[in-house]
Amino acid sequence: MNSFELPKIPLGDLVEAFVEWFEVTFAVALDGISEGLDWFIDGMRTLLLVLPTPVFIVLASVLIWVVTKRDTRLAACSAIGLFLIWDLHLWSLAMETLALVLTATLFALIIGIPTGILAARSGTAHKLVRPVLDFMQTMPAFVYLIPAVVFFGLGNVPGMIATVVFAMPPVVRLTVLGIRQVPVELTELADAFGTTERQKLVKVQLPVAMPTIMAGINQCIMMALSMVVIAAMIGAQGLGYTVLEGIQRLDIGLGFEGGLAIVIIAIILDRVTQSLAPGHNE
Amino acid sequence: MNKEMIKPKIIIRSLYKIFGKHPGEAVPLIREGVSKKEVQERTGQTVGLRDVSFSIEEGEIFVIMGLSGSGKSTLLRCINRLIEPTHGEVLIDGTDLASLDEDGLREVRRKKLGMVFQNFALLPHRNVIENVAFGLEVQGMPEDERLEKARQTIRMVGLAGYEGSMPDALSGGMKQRVGLARALASDPDVLLMDEAFSALDPIIRTEMQDELLDLQNDLAKTIVFVTHDLDEALKLGNRIALMKDGAVVQVGTPEEILTAPADEYVASFVAGVDMTKVLTAEGVMKSPDPVLPIFSGPRVALKLMNEHGISTIFAVGKGKVLRGLVTAEDAVAAARAKMTNIEDILITDTPVTSPDTPVRDLMGLVATTQYPVAVVDGCHRLRGVIVRGSLLGALAINGNNDEECA
Repeated sequence: MNSFELPKIPLGDLVEAFVEWFEVTFAVALDGISEGLDWFIDGMRTLLLVLPTPVFIVLASVLIWVVTKRDTRLAACSAIGLFLIWDLHLWSLAMETLALVLTATLFALIIGIPTGILAARSGTAHKLVRPVLDFMQTMPAFVYLIPAVVFFGLGNVPGMIATVVFAMPPVVRLTVLGIRQVPVELTELADAFGTTERQKLVKVQLPVAMPTIMAGINQCIMMALSMVVIAAMIGAQGLGYTVLEGIQRLDIGLGFEGGLAIVIIAIILDRVTQSLAPGHNE
Repeated sequence: MNKEMIKPKIIIRSLYKIFGKHPGEAVPLIREGVSKKEVQERTGQTVGLRDVSFSIEEGEIFVIMGLSGSGKSTLLRCINRLIEPTHGEVLIDGTDLASLDEDGLREVRRKKLGMVFQNFALLPHRNVIENVAFGLEVQGMPEDERLEKARQTIRMVGLAGYEGSMPDALSGGMKQRVGLARALASDPDVLLMDEAFSALDPIIRTEMQDELLDLQNDLAKTIVFVTHDLDEALKLGNRIALMKDGAVVQVGTPEEILTAPADEYVASFVAGVDMTKVLTAEGVMKSPDPVLPIFSGPRVALKLMNEHGISTIFAVGKGKVLRGLVTAEDAVAAARAKMTNIEDILITDTPVTSPDTPVRDLMGLVATTQYPVAVVDGCHRLRGVIVRGSLLGALAINGNNDEECA
């Protein structure tokens, strides 16, 4: 049976060689990006920590109350949740995590929404983008960590990059879906009234697709939040690191506290972004 | 038809639309007269429109009617080029839209062509006034100006007070008023209405039809109205084009379509229509022959009646102006009394009607009078005569096409 052995294609070796070549060739650029992103994440964290914690909690609750069109229950629950995080001495870690999530989401949106628009409007772009998205979504999240470390070393930046890659697919997919689902009559309306392509996109397609795109943004934030925990394995700071520590030391209490803080942040972000979707209150 | 609307606004010349990847293969086949089904089988191409030609006059309501799949919506969309025709031309005010570049086409769509959609196509994220102002906004009109104009148009369609409402909060009829106002706001010459009232309840629908006719009285737009509903077509259309399998089977006034269907298909389509609503006095009257010159004597009157086997005769003056009616009975009496003039025996209070009175309104008149009804025009000239027999005869012929073969 084993007389003939199928020669193995050296796929792993090839990928490794490519990553190495890439790293060497673009070393300067990669360093630049790394420093820039580090600076950005740090800035974001500093910004989040600039206010005294109690003031932040009150302001955040009021802000949530305003943007959710006076959802008093949500605002109150948020205040209690944030207070709990503060009380558990996890505040600065939580803000670090939040900074990572917000930065990663921001980049995922900056890349994802235009990509989605492009893919929705051009069949060719869609054909190119789809397999890439499939790849990004089904490849186990841990695998992204390896090239991220190779390119950017350990720390927040590779964690954030891996998070962007992991969290972007839903934004692209739901942007495509939202725009493709715009009723034919509405695109006909735009054409019949003599819109330019740009007017059609800005005045008809994007606003009509907005609820779906918002769902994509919501998904993106949720996935980013789950990924920053995994990213702790390559040195990303924040609550993920606390959880990882809990696992490594088999410290149930520590793991639970870190996990709970993440859940609180997740629920607040989820409810707030959901309530931002147009048509939510109708 | 009025004589002043003879200028063609839209001319469509041998228009073809083939859906599929190789439309070129299908056109020659269609030219040979191969059927839609066979073209589909032989080339895999779907025939949307085949050799459509007609012109639409300025200021008329032109109805394109047909069952679903007959190509009526495709034809409408070829006018503003939402669908690109495979072959043939569409001229608007003498300009072939295919000859325009993108900017030129956009300009025509913005200024000349308004469109109303079957399912309203309101933008869900905009309130009524923002929806109505959409076209003006696209044209780049400053906000104050376009909102003011939108407000006027909203008032025109009877929606004043709803400017701030969201589309979700409106009923179907109100939504379509918004759709109509949006199309009217940029004051286009041509309104393209795609099954505009088909999604509405019957009562609202009738109301909207009446209102469209009212608006049309003031605005005198050129309206191209697509519908699958014959009653709607007959009610709104100055002229109707009836479509089947992508071809126009007949173009004509509602009355022409009903009384002289071009083929079996049209005949079967119009069978069962309530003819009394559509036929007019003009369509059922007999020509007024013979008539009696007013200066004739009773013996002439008797002789004419005798020759034509009738018992009454209309007397006319100069230019066929109706003067009155002479009955055989009175003429005999007058002849015996040796009268030389019929003026003394004229009956002048017989019923008269105008040529465009619907037959439905004539029924009562004809039923209650013992005299024939004179059809006179605006100058009181005798145009025709309606007697009970001719009325019933016309209805019997026109109303029972489907029973002839039984």
